[in-house]
Amino acid sequence: MKKSRVHDCAIVSAERSLRELLEAGVTNRVLRKERLAGSIILFELENPLVARSAKAGQFVVVRPNRYGERIPLTISDTDPGRGTITIIFQIVGRTTMELGRIEEGQCVPDVCGPLGRPSEIERYGTTLSVGGGVGIAFLRPTTKALKRAGNEVITIIGAREKNLLILEDEMRDLSDELFVTTDDGSYGRKGFVSDVVRDLLKAGEGEAPAEPGSAGASPSRRRRIDIVFAIGPMPMMRAVAEVTRPFGVKTIVSLDPIMIDGTGMCGGCRVSVGGKTQFTCVDGPDFDAHEVDWDELATRKSFYAAEERAARELLPEESK
Amino acid sequence: MSRIKEREPMPQQPPAERIKNFFEVALGYTEEQAIAEAKRCLHCKEKPCIAGCPVIIDIPEFVGLVAEGKFLEAAAVLKRDNSLPAICGRVCPQEEQCEKTCLLSKTGQPIAIGRLERYVADYEALHADATPLGRDLKSRPNSSPRPNGSHERPKGPSLARFGVAVVGSGPAGLTVAGDLAKMGYSVTIFEALHDTGGVLRYGIPEFRLPRDILDREIDYVKSLGVKVVKNVIIGKTVTIPELLSGGFEAVFVGTGAGAPMMMNLPGENLNGVLSGNEWLTRINLMRANRFPEYGTPLKVPKKAAVIGGGNTAMDCARTALRVGAEEVTIVYRRSRVEMPARLEEVENAEAEGVIFKLLMNPTRFLGDGNGRLVGMECIRMELGEPDDSGRRRPVPVAGSEFVMDVDTAIIAIGQTPTPLIRTTTDGLQVTKWGGIIIDEKTGMTSIPGLFAGGDAVTGAATVITAMGAGRTAAMGIDRYLREKHGLPIEDGEPETGGQLGAAMDKELVRFYRDRWKEAAELQAEERKKLSIDERMARLAVLFDFARSVSEGGPRKGNEEITRRWMRLKELACESP
Repeated sequence: MKKSRVHDCAIVSAERSLRELLEAGVTNRVLRKERLAGSIILFELENPLVARSAKAGQFVVVRPNRYGERIPLTISDTDPGRGTITIIFQIVGRTTMELGRIEEGQCVPDVCGPLGRPSEIERYGTTLSVGGGVGIAFLRPTTKALKRAGNEVITIIGAREKNLLILEDEMRDLSDELFVTTDDGSYGRKGFVSDVVRDLLKAGEGEAPAEPGSAGASPSRRRRIDIVFAIGPMPMMRAVAEVTRPFGVKTIVSLDPIMIDGTGMCGGCRVSVGGKTQFTCVDGPDFDAHEVDWDELATRKSFYAAEERAARELLPEESK
Repeated sequence: MSRIKEREPMPQQPPAERIKNFFEVALGYTEEQAIAEAKRCLHCKEKPCIAGCPVIIDIPEFVGLVAEGKFLEAAAVLKRDNSLPAICGRVCPQEEQCEKTCLLSKTGQPIAIGRLERYVADYEALHADATPLGRDLKSRPNSSPRPNGSHERPKGPSLARFGVAVVGSGPAGLTVAGDLAKMGYSVTIFEALHDTGGVLRYGIPEFRLPRDILDREIDYVKSLGVKVVKNVIIGKTVTIPELLSGGFEAVFVGTGAGAPMMMNLPGENLNGVLSGNEWLTRINLMRANRFPEYGTPLKVPKKAAVIGGGNTAMDCARTALRVGAEEVTIVYRRSRVEMPARLEEVENAEAEGVIFKLLMNPTRFLGDGNGRLVGMECIRMELGEPDDSGRRRPVPVAGSEFVMDVDTAIIAIGQTPTPLIRTTTDGLQVTKWGGIIIDEKTGMTSIPGLFAGGDAVTGAATVITAMGAGRTAAMGIDRYLREKHGLPIEDGEPETGGQLGAAMDKELVRFYRDRWKEAAELQAEERKKLSIDERMARLAVLFDFARSVSEGGPRKGNEEITRRWMRLKELACESP
């Protein structure tokens, strides 16, 4: 991330007491807006309150304007010193489209967070981060935290085609080893991220766990993978879950069901995990992928599909 | 009948009309009605009504002023003890409180205190608009509620240097904030959602509490100098310990009971089964009934079942009718007398056509194979021995299962406090169901400087009990901070009562009077700004309504309604 383009109006949060900071409120000014690929957009927002408290795996709820929906967006990066957070979103419907209309220097009206439980980061040994599409943006803080905790970090990122692949350099820097796939083979390996997951798990079968501190093991000698973190479109996460299940490797996914308040109030984000109903916003968003009722989740996510289509139809032509 | 006159009836929108709109059901007294009703007060010596009021409003005093037609003076009396009178006049269960203890309740016709409170608050808003008052007050250096400097506390140091954080902008939080700001403290409210009001915003529907009235009351609290910071969720954005160590001298937790209780029945996660909170939040907060103008979508039910017998269940059912549901049924496991909802709300729901299926309970939700709700299996219940709550325990009748065809099931069986505060505040003592434990006299929790009140303490209760708790906590916080900093402690209610308060009220009233003219001028200005189209649109609504009422025949009360709306019409027609 280049910081040179950043406006110099960022708050230096360290100079103000917490009370002053809180009483002043936050602007959520877009200090930097970048189109990463296709319809994937990055905002660096001025929000020192979220910046100082957000942890890997947490999200914010965003509302693009006074008529808008509240939608959850994972926090992709934070800079507590500058008092900013980075969110990355793909324009897929009305709300993200309206969000995408906000320009550098303007403010996002409502950003609330950090919400959800942070990812459980510890020294697992060898970890595998798997990201698909815009999910790579959400995978970044988790991967960063895993690396910082002393894990050997292997990462697989994938996209439909080369032009839609984001954060490749950043993820390469954070990882001991990086694999790239594209569905159409326009870049990296042709196929899905789950294909690489399967290969790595097979190669690591029967291998001893990594020696502590042996980060950077040579790719030729496969380590046993201790845990998988997968974030991306639901079919991708589900596919990864099915690949890892027979190997018995713990797999964590970050779910994004329909959500309204994001604070545990409405229960719209109910998911069944291990036969128990959980609220994604307060009990998640990270869950054990092998315990998630994926069929139910898919059905619940599609409940308002007709309305979402209708809303898209109503958008001005140029923004579709 | 004795010589006691009967209560003035409340003019209402007729049911057939009101289920098509979100306007208020109760239209409010006319001036003549308010005065007539107030004149019924016996001004008995004991004043039992005051004892029935959780925020200890001097009810006989304000009622007396109404009887004399001194509405602004009456408003000042109300606002001395209640920062949100227009809300309380609408949603308080007066029949359980002041009106229950009224001497006349023995005759079955207690003074309609709630309706009078509402009349006075609305009158004040119309004639001494909070906005110029607020503007004027905000321009004063210490943001004090006092209309001029002469009634500042003459002795003693300023309290403005003490910051108090209030968590949650619902009824408890607004009350604490208003009271503390009146005392002179610097108060900041933190609200997790993007809009203020808590349950008053996301829970109570517009037809019970119009949004402009809610906005007006919150503006009034802000005009006292209270800062409101939205989108900050305490326990996540910052924690209680961080607030206490980060510059706030005291913290009040008024986070309510926002976590919906589910039934844990098979099929509960089918599409079409939702919590009362989700249903109400979608519509009240997100305005999903106006999709696609607003971004949040809504599935309009054909046949909806609402499970539960409380006020939230009534709100859900009546809202469902208004968004266009063809059939709405309340399913409640006990009988009518055990229903916790206000009688008035049950009657309103019945009049509007909500079907009541009592003594039955759902056992599972049935899907269509594609994850969509198509039916609800219920079992009949009968009442057994009384349980802990003193109500007779409902017992299932074996083999009595049957299936109801529904495409929407709204579960409104209760809410519990969200665990966020208790899980992020070490050393905070809570009950086994998660309510925060406080000292009833001061509102202080097990942590010094941390106070709590409202549903976060009691579990889901009423707006006014939350406000009463807020009141107590405000006094508790004042006393705590004075003791901590060695400041003089006055007996009783240090800032809002007593002679000082009375002097302040007089001053307030004078100030209001001065602003009356100003407000009237301002309103005329505002009217000029309305486009012809907007005025016509407003008029069309009024005309339609008046016509529908007059065509309905000259039933008792209708004439009054028509007159009232005609008057509104004239107002809207008035040439700029």
